[in-house]
Amino acid sequence: MLTVECLSSAYGRISVLHEVSLEVKTGEIVALVGSNGAGKTTLLRTLSGVQPVSGGRILFEGRPVERLEPHARVALGISQSPEGRQVFGPLSVEDNLRLGAFRRRAADKDTLAQIYDMFPVLAEKRRISAMSLSGGQQQMLAIGRALMAAPKLLLLDEPSLGLAPLLIDQILGAVVKLKAEGITVLLVEQNASAALAIADRGYVLETGHIVLEGRGQALLDDPKVRAAYLGM
Amino acid sequence: MAEFLQLVFSGLTVGAVYALVALGFTLIYNASDVINFAQGDFVMIGGMGTVFLAAAGIALPLAALIAIVGAVIVGLLLHKLAIEPARGASPVALIMITIGASIFIKGIAQLVFDKQFHSLPAFSGDTPIAVGGATILPQSLWVMGVALALFVALYLFLEKTLLGKALLATAANRLAARLVGINVTIILALAFGVSAAIGAIAGVVVTPITLTRYDVGTLFALKGFAAAMVGGMGNPLGAVVGGLLIGLLEAFGAGYISSTYKDAVAFVVILLVLFFLPRGLFGGRSVERV
Repeated sequence: MLTVECLSSAYGRISVLHEVSLEVKTGEIVALVGSNGAGKTTLLRTLSGVQPVSGGRILFEGRPVERLEPHARVALGISQSPEGRQVFGPLSVEDNLRLGAFRRRAADKDTLAQIYDMFPVLAEKRRISAMSLSGGQQQMLAIGRALMAAPKLLLLDEPSLGLAPLLIDQILGAVVKLKAEGITVLLVEQNASAALAIADRGYVLETGHIVLEGRGQALLDDPKVRAAYLGM
Repeated sequence: MAEFLQLVFSGLTVGAVYALVALGFTLIYNASDVINFAQGDFVMIGGMGTVFLAAAGIALPLAALIAIVGAVIVGLLLHKLAIEPARGASPVALIMITIGASIFIKGIAQLVFDKQFHSLPAFSGDTPIAVGGATILPQSLWVMGVALALFVALYLFLEKTLLGKALLATAANRLAARLVGINVTIILALAFGVSAAIGAIAGVVVTPITLTRYDVGTLFALKGFAAAMVGGMGNPLGAVVGGLLIGLLEAFGAGYISSTYKDAVAFVVILLVLFFLPRGLFGGRSVERV
């Protein structure tokens, strides 16, 4: 579904991604793990088109998208739940969700109902402003908003950041459910053990390079990964 | 009492125009963080355009419509040619650009139009209506009615349509707006276009009362800016209240103190607000000191 070939990106003169290549197949959950500052968020932003690419290619369903504007990529089926939630604070929960479907002519009620089904707390709070939600609820809102675009590929950036363990389980449980519904997921996480546990495959990103790749469980068992990212 | 009422009427009339200019500021500021000092020039284009088109023999309503469309085009060009290429520049630089654009528009207006004062016939005659010992001109009712209608329309647009929400979303979080697929460039152009239309409409209805000239935009921009600051930059309701307040203070200042200081009132208010209440009456977002 998604093929990234030799992708490079930079902030001004500071190069952040160095010829990164990876692949996400239809129906997979792929985890991208690595420490702070490895370039994980930058990579996701280049995929959505909000961070410019300085070299390489991004193929989505076989067609190059690296020159497309972000809204065109959303229309193709790439949707992102960004790091730090980035909800529309002054707008209501329901407005946040409806804006998630901005590219679709009709914001269909079914998707909204599904999201309320998945995160009942959002339905309860649908009239209040997004900034008055707790961190975990904002995370659910950010994921729900990304799902309103009815994406083929969902990019999740640090969905567990700053959440209590119980909430992390709930959010990652929702990700597994999305996979069952046929949505392909690229999951970026600092919480490597949690991410690799639910992932089919994983990549380890270190200072802008992919240093390891493999099946989720295989990476979890890899002594280098255990030492570097799991603290074992 | 009659004198007081008279001053209230004239204050509300001119205040309604300031409120519309302030709404234009608010809309553009919300979508883009730019304070557009060319906002007053849209008022001038609306008024002058209508005057000259009407003089060329076009019926008044059609002349006004063409002038408003012209102002919208100027607004879109301002965004496309001046603001958009400077994307990422600091707010101060962007403000400078709008001031430059304002001077440029005045220069062009001198050439296209002329340097004389012009007026339009009042829409529904000049017979004053007596209210409680004071009188009000029918045109004042036009100004206030149009201001109210535009405010309600803008409110409904922002609160009830997905496109309006997209504009608010772009203001709240531009990164997230791009990620949900909002074309931010089009939203910003929309903000400039709608602001220009609001300003031009204000210019059309107020010209029979205040006259117009190529350079009336400066005072409208400064007073509209004062109104937006009093209300709290970025708050539409604040813009309206601020506009009416500035208009009333100006009328009282002219009536009870001296009409020489009419224009000074707005600037005294703006200084007081900036010193003591930099967020304005209605809070709004924090204002960065520059």
